[in-house]
Amino acid sequence: MRRNFPVWAVYGLGFVPAVAAFGAGLSGLSGPDPIRALEQSLGLWALRFLLAALCVTPLRRFAGVNLLRYRRALGLLSFYYAALHFLAFIGLDHNFDWAEIGREIVKKPYAFIGMACLLLLIPLAATSSNGMIKRLGAKNWTRLHRLVYPAALLAVAHFIFAVKSWPLEPLLYAGAAVSLLALRLAPKKSRSLEQAGNA
Amino acid sequence: MLIRVSTDRPVASSEITPRAAWLNRRDVLGAGAALGLGFAGVSATAAPTPRSPLSTDEKPNRLSDITGYNNFYEFGVGKSDPAANAGRLKTRPWTLRIDGLVDKPADYALEDFLKPLTLEERIYRMRCVEGWSMVIPWLGFPLADAISRAQPQSAAKYVAFETLYRPDEMSGQRGFPRIIPWPYREGLRLDEAMHPLTILATGLYGEPLPNQNGAPLRLVVPWKYGFKGIKSIVRLTLVAEQPPTSWSMIGPDEYGFFANVNPNVDHPRWSQATERRIGEGGLFAKRLKTQMFNGYDSVASLYSGLDLRANY
Repeated sequence: MRRNFPVWAVYGLGFVPAVAAFGAGLSGLSGPDPIRALEQSLGLWALRFLLAALCVTPLRRFAGVNLLRYRRALGLLSFYYAALHFLAFIGLDHNFDWAEIGREIVKKPYAFIGMACLLLLIPLAATSSNGMIKRLGAKNWTRLHRLVYPAALLAVAHFIFAVKSWPLEPLLYAGAAVSLLALRLAPKKSRSLEQAGNA
Repeated sequence: MLIRVSTDRPVASSEITPRAAWLNRRDVLGAGAALGLGFAGVSATAAPTPRSPLSTDEKPNRLSDITGYNNFYEFGVGKSDPAANAGRLKTRPWTLRIDGLVDKPADYALEDFLKPLTLEERIYRMRCVEGWSMVIPWLGFPLADAISRAQPQSAAKYVAFETLYRPDEMSGQRGFPRIIPWPYREGLRLDEAMHPLTILATGLYGEPLPNQNGAPLRLVVPWKYGFKGIKSIVRLTLVAEQPPTSWSMIGPDEYGFFANVNPNVDHPRWSQATERRIGEGGLFAKRLKTQMFNGYDSVASLYSGLDLRANY
């Protein structure tokens, strides 16, 4: 069943929240502040897809579930949502007022953390193709793509800095991100043992 | 600028807008059959409200915006949480305590307290510290009337306010992590409290205040950020020293005691230069420039000599 689920369907389903959020905003179904609703929804989905991509390795290692073929789609979806989130921020939220946007990004932690996170995701998205993996070589490619770890931490920090006080939701996402990264620190058993365990 | 205190002069009957016209002006009757019926039911008995010269002539937000988009953390941190959860709050009976440095401290049953007061409509801009704003037709009375009745002593320099603490009915007060050290507290300098723009509201759009907007009694200080407008007030205490206020207890470098709307002093987390008027323009709404004191220039004299950058 899992093997038969096509990758393109992940992209197809992955864009449903974006279409739904934009549609809800246009039709007035997303409440009195549709811009904020759309902006927040896009950002939240960027974070969810990022965490989903980070689940692939621990699932393979600790649960024996191999979703590796969907990881690129999850990572790219995260990037697309982050880019849309940024577009909503500069276009809808700030009406392309570059002076104010620039000031906000330079002076406000939530904005420059978010910006830094998006900048980290760009080289990852740009090198996501099979061709690029070949060109970089597996070792370099793997090294470069470790940028996803700081990106995940920046993403949850961005969320925390964008809200008042310490509400639960961003803390839960932060906990999930830290846990997913911490799982990678677990000592590796020898390859043969791990494979035996997974068999 | 001189402010005419509207309660001091009788209102000519020609100035009184008939209730039906007043409702039509805001297109409320078209908002839905249920609402329309609700209003029709009470319109026969309610008296028309005098129009205050302190009101803005900007177009008020739709009732659904005002009652569906709230920050009232006693009922959750989401904007629609208060509308969903505030129904459990029982606002009758309600006791209002006025104490501290006053000659006549008392526990009032709210109905008794309100009986001698004349309610008037005040259409005010409301600017949230988060960068959005609304225009709200409050129904209320000057806070000065309430304070005067308690006869403050000369040592009284500040007013401290407290919201109800009743976790059984206020789900947000049971929430984890604790967003606010309950009960919610606010405060004003006595001259701010006595300013004619400062009101205690008991209603909006000519109807009793919905719970999610701070029923049965809330503070409205239109030149300050919205969080100063403490809701569901149970206590008002006259004090000599500046009282602690909830948001400045949580983040003293983010939220000051004064919290005057000021486009030149940023919140550390976001700019305060502009705001988005809720309910206008949909997905492609343009931001408005935020005005000093939210456009209520007459209050500037309260702060002459005060460094508003240090006293944010």
